[in-house]
Amino acid sequence: MKAKKIRVLVAKPGLDGHDRGAKVVARALRDAGMEVIYTGLRQTPRQIVETAIQEDVNVIGLSILSGAHTHLFPEIMRLLKENKAEDIIVIAGGVIPEEDIPELKKVGIAEIFTPGTDTRDIINFIKEKVK
Amino acid sequence: MFDKNEIKKIKQLREQWENSTIKKTLERFPERKDKFVSGSGEEVDRLYAPDNLEDFDYFKDLNFPGEYPYTRGVQPTMYRGRLWTMRQYAGFGTAEESNKRYKYLLTQGQTGLSIAFDLPTQIGYDSDHPMSLGEVGKVGVAIDSLKDMETLFDGIPLDRVSTSMTINAPAAVLLAMYIAVAEKQGVSPDKLKGTIQNDILKEYIARGTYIFPPYPSMRLITNIFEFCSKEMPSWNAISISGYHIREAGATAIQEVAFTLADGIAYVEAAIKSGLKVDDFAPRLSFFFNAHNDLLEEVAKFRAARRLWARIMKERFGAKNKKSLMLRFHTQTAGCTLTAQQPDNNIIRVTIQALAAVLGGTQSLHTNSRDEALALPAEDSVRIALRTQQIIAYESGVTETIDPLAGSYYIEVLTKNIEEQALKYIEKIDKLGGAPRAIEKGFIQQEIQNSAYQYQKEIEEGKRIVVGVNKFQIKEETPKGLLRVDPEVGRRQVEKLRELKETRDNQKVKVSLSALGRAAKTDANLIPFILDCVKSYVTLGEICDVLRSEFGEYKESIKL
Repeated sequence: MKAKKIRVLVAKPGLDGHDRGAKVVARALRDAGMEVIYTGLRQTPRQIVETAIQEDVNVIGLSILSGAHTHLFPEIMRLLKENKAEDIIVIAGGVIPEEDIPELKKVGIAEIFTPGTDTRDIINFIKEKVK
Repeated sequence: MFDKNEIKKIKQLREQWENSTIKKTLERFPERKDKFVSGSGEEVDRLYAPDNLEDFDYFKDLNFPGEYPYTRGVQPTMYRGRLWTMRQYAGFGTAEESNKRYKYLLTQGQTGLSIAFDLPTQIGYDSDHPMSLGEVGKVGVAIDSLKDMETLFDGIPLDRVSTSMTINAPAAVLLAMYIAVAEKQGVSPDKLKGTIQNDILKEYIARGTYIFPPYPSMRLITNIFEFCSKEMPSWNAISISGYHIREAGATAIQEVAFTLADGIAYVEAAIKSGLKVDDFAPRLSFFFNAHNDLLEEVAKFRAARRLWARIMKERFGAKNKKSLMLRFHTQTAGCTLTAQQPDNNIIRVTIQALAAVLGGTQSLHTNSRDEALALPAEDSVRIALRTQQIIAYESGVTETIDPLAGSYYIEVLTKNIEEQALKYIEKIDKLGGAPRAIEKGFIQQEIQNSAYQYQKEIEEGKRIVVGVNKFQIKEETPKGLLRVDPEVGRRQVEKLRELKETRDNQKVKVSLSALGRAAKTDANLIPFILDCVKSYVTLGEICDVLRSEFGEYKESIKL
């Protein structure tokens, strides 16, 4: 029997339009055999959480380069909890200063991938976590 | 340009050289790689000589600076007459903070302003809109009304500086605010110098700050063209931008191709709306990226200039010399900056800035070393500006015009980029023009493919990024990064509330409903928008009226 494919939602919360990273990662995950859904731009935290639950994903990958992560990431984590979907693993990337990372991990983001990340590290991380 | 017999001789001797000297050398010392490629993946030969430029014609392909097809530059004396405008893109937090940064930059010898707006402003939301939460003042300055704009330019004489504004979907609103602020300073619109980005097509392609669907967006753009051609003779009504297309992952060839394809779409829309090509084309300007591959980038700028001149002359029959000239701003490539060993970025920026200058740019923004980490801190911005000043005053490359012309390699590259870009443009024409090609997702997909390819090359070690996949070190967490005060959002919302209480709300209502009515007709909307901003109607209120008339754009996603 074939193993069930890992399902990932790649999401762009907020107003940021930089989607090169999100799209490259989405494609790399797909090439690594995962089922990838990409939300497109300007998603509210609520929309992202709803889509994640509807699509029954294992992982949400968030991308922000605008600096709004300090507000939007915790809000997404709060909504996941509110909807009893804390089992979804949340990872994030973008222009995120090192000093913000501990706070984001505290609210439940599993890992932050900063600029220069090798997509294979993201793939391995997901495969390791979703078992 | 080269003698036929001479070329024949070179070909013969080159073959001999390849078969004897090179062959023997390669047997003992193989080259570093099997295939050498340019920054955007084009194969590079071992050596270029006159036999690579058999049909090269000095007058047809280059000519003199300031002469068609402007390959060597748009001005007859280029930097011997006047240096490029040093223009650092800046803005963050509130209008007060940004005003301070602009004044600092002007005292440091910067010669023009470039305004960065925050995302809510760029997407037509006021600071108190639910979508604005967490975004106010982050990537640029928050502007809700004319009041903020008055603060932004306080003490900056608008008849003496030129200002570039990176604003697209609500370009008409910010242009109107700028005109209104100038009026209060006693400066009439015809005295204003600067640029409004106003390029919606690349927002759909690569940058993402769209509001309305293509058709009404193109109407707003041509309204601005018409208004500027009559009232603002020194104002660039659009900055057709390849910058963001390149940042999204396009190659140098794609950057030229998609930018000029967008340019063609704007010219066609303006002609269709009843304007004459020579009435607005002189005020079209462009905006390109400067990437790391120095020589390819220099060739790119030259190729873009030549191709645009030919398109304007042959395709649109433009007669005015100024309509044929591609004048452009350049910014160094943000996507090449690394979070690892950030000081290395100073060197990358230097190479890129040099490419822009050797390519004949009219203005330049040099990125700061810390931009892969956060907004640039003041000392980083100063180094970036000093980089331009060192190129301008110490490097010597400004002393003669188009100094790389005639290099066999540069001329071959220039020709290749022009030819390949033209092929793309022909393909886009067949798809029905740039707006249709965007709707179909063709342009986006071409860019995504290049971006993915680029990333794979880095991960496979085929492309070296110093400090990222080679020459890494253990690093400390960088210190002194600029952070936007989280209080900015709250203060901005407070100011907005005050404004709405103190302004003449009857005037607001009247001017907004006049705008709504005009939007239903074919009228030029700029005078109506100008009336609104002068009555302190907010950006969000104006855009909401237009949203209800025009609808909103929904992106087509293809992975």
